[in-house]
Amino acid sequence: MITVTSARKNYGSFAALDDVSLDIPSGSLTALLGPSGSGKSTLLRSIAGLEGLDAGTVTIQGRDVTDEPPQRRGIGFVFQHYAAFKHMTVRDNVAFGLTIRKRPKPETDKKVDELLEIVGLEGFRHRYPAQLSGGQRQRMALARALAVDPQVLLLDEPFGALDAKVRTDLRQWLRRLHDEVHVTTVLVTHDQEEALDVADRIAVLNKGRIEQVGDPVTLYERPANDFVMGFLGSVAHLGDQLVRPHDIVLERDRATALALDAKVADSPGVIDAVVERVVPLGFEVRVDLRADSGEHFAAQITRRDAAALQLREGETVHARSVGRSSIVDVDPAFAI
Amino acid sequence: MRVSKGARLSLRVVALGYLFALLAVPIGVILWRTFSPGIGEFIASVTTPAAQAAINLSLLIVAIVVPLNVVFGVATALALVRGRFRGRGLLQAVVDLPFAVSPIVVGVALIALWGAGGWFGGLDNAGFKVIFGLPGMVMATLFVTLPFVVREVEPVLYEIGQEQEQAASTLGANHWQTFWRITLPAIRWGLTYGIVLTVARALGEFGAVIMVSSGFPGVSQTLTLLVHSRYIDDHNTYGAYAAATLLMGIALVVLLLMTLLDRKRSDR
Repeated sequence: MITVTSARKNYGSFAALDDVSLDIPSGSLTALLGPSGSGKSTLLRSIAGLEGLDAGTVTIQGRDVTDEPPQRRGIGFVFQHYAAFKHMTVRDNVAFGLTIRKRPKPETDKKVDELLEIVGLEGFRHRYPAQLSGGQRQRMALARALAVDPQVLLLDEPFGALDAKVRTDLRQWLRRLHDEVHVTTVLVTHDQEEALDVADRIAVLNKGRIEQVGDPVTLYERPANDFVMGFLGSVAHLGDQLVRPHDIVLERDRATALALDAKVADSPGVIDAVVERVVPLGFEVRVDLRADSGEHFAAQITRRDAAALQLREGETVHARSVGRSSIVDVDPAFAI
Repeated sequence: MRVSKGARLSLRVVALGYLFALLAVPIGVILWRTFSPGIGEFIASVTTPAAQAAINLSLLIVAIVVPLNVVFGVATALALVRGRFRGRGLLQAVVDLPFAVSPIVVGVALIALWGAGGWFGGLDNAGFKVIFGLPGMVMATLFVTLPFVVREVEPVLYEIGQEQEQAASTLGANHWQTFWRITLPAIRWGLTYGIVLTVARALGEFGAVIMVSSGFPGVSQTLTLLVHSRYIDDHNTYGAYAAATLLMGIALVVLLLMTLLDRKRSDR
């Protein structure tokens, strides 16, 4: 369990962390998600002790580590740009923490072998980091962080510098690794897809504050506010409401639209809109629309519905929302 | 940009010709003058008591100056790159001062400070000879060689950044362990080059050292001062050539040794 209480951190007049409190349960894989400048990296680095807090406390497994240096926090840290020790072989990189702790050589060798097998770098013991690909370097960095049996594993945009294919592979691999090793893991990312894919809990940050914490399904289906909704998944403006594009239904007949809309509580009403473009996306079809007010929005409908509607560019349709299932008003105290 | 074959060829000829005329010819002449009477003559000329004392003194100064410059040079470079303190800009300028100030001015300044009538002249009156003694020559050499290690290590420190050091600290290394195991190996090329430059300059320094040396052969003559005094005072032209060749030889050996040492360590 990691507990951050009332953390504050300022860089000059910029508040990187503005009274942040967060509990991270033991054994979870938590993602800190937010746009750049939201304070997510600062929060992670303060848990690691790489950044000092102006105010607030950090406890790891019940121990107050606020004033402890990184080397005494029992953590493993993985950097976006690997931070590989360039003058050491893969073996020496992974063994570093154990060498510092003066563990006997046979024990170190055994541990290093185990870890290199887990990360799939058995054949690379004597290579130097410069001879590895980005993905291999990051796996080496993971093995290095895990070698000291950390109580928590902290990853700062670990896949950010890798290309798309390797990134997806590695994050699935990280998920499997976490299921096996069960070490409490905190991952910083600005990629909502990555957070939804690997994490079992997500904390959404914005402007140095935590907007909402919860499991991926809750965050997606019941976002606490427009920011969280907009950041996790795409949104469309319908009237004065934010709705998911796939919660929009298009009708040819205005009377039908009005009748169905009447059954939906808190609906934004029926919006008349002109079809601007119909884009087939495989299973679904995206319809780009322009409302009477001039506002552009998109609806995502199934191929079957699209076929039934026979939409053509320039035609007028009637858009309605299937309900505000997406937005729930959350008590601010509960949202943290 | 595409360059025609003729233009490329003439550019090369100009560049090589320039290097040849300015560097190779003068050095070649000295080597030629040194070795044309035979290797025996050369050995005899550089093993006279005065020459041996000069070699020893030059090497002693190098042995004192290099470690001091390494320790303070690396510390200064770290402060300049990592530090956030008032007066960093001033420190940057001060480090470059020896490049800007003529060495002879350094010598004069040292005399003004440490000489019999200077601010710290009391030391001289008490019998501890700074000026016209080894301490003065060491200080003069330190002054002129100060920027080399700093300026060679600084860009390397910028380039490696702090992530490797931070990674080491998260893995349990304290500041000292991080410095020895991560920082020092990472800056070693810059440091090596800084040392080579320091050695070369320490061996070759003339202007600052001649001001604070008594210039007695066998007592306070460095190898460089010996070349000068043999040529100007003794009109021993051949002796000057021989000592100059030896001077170049020592610098060359240092360069080779440092390169070899470094290669061996990185091949580990």
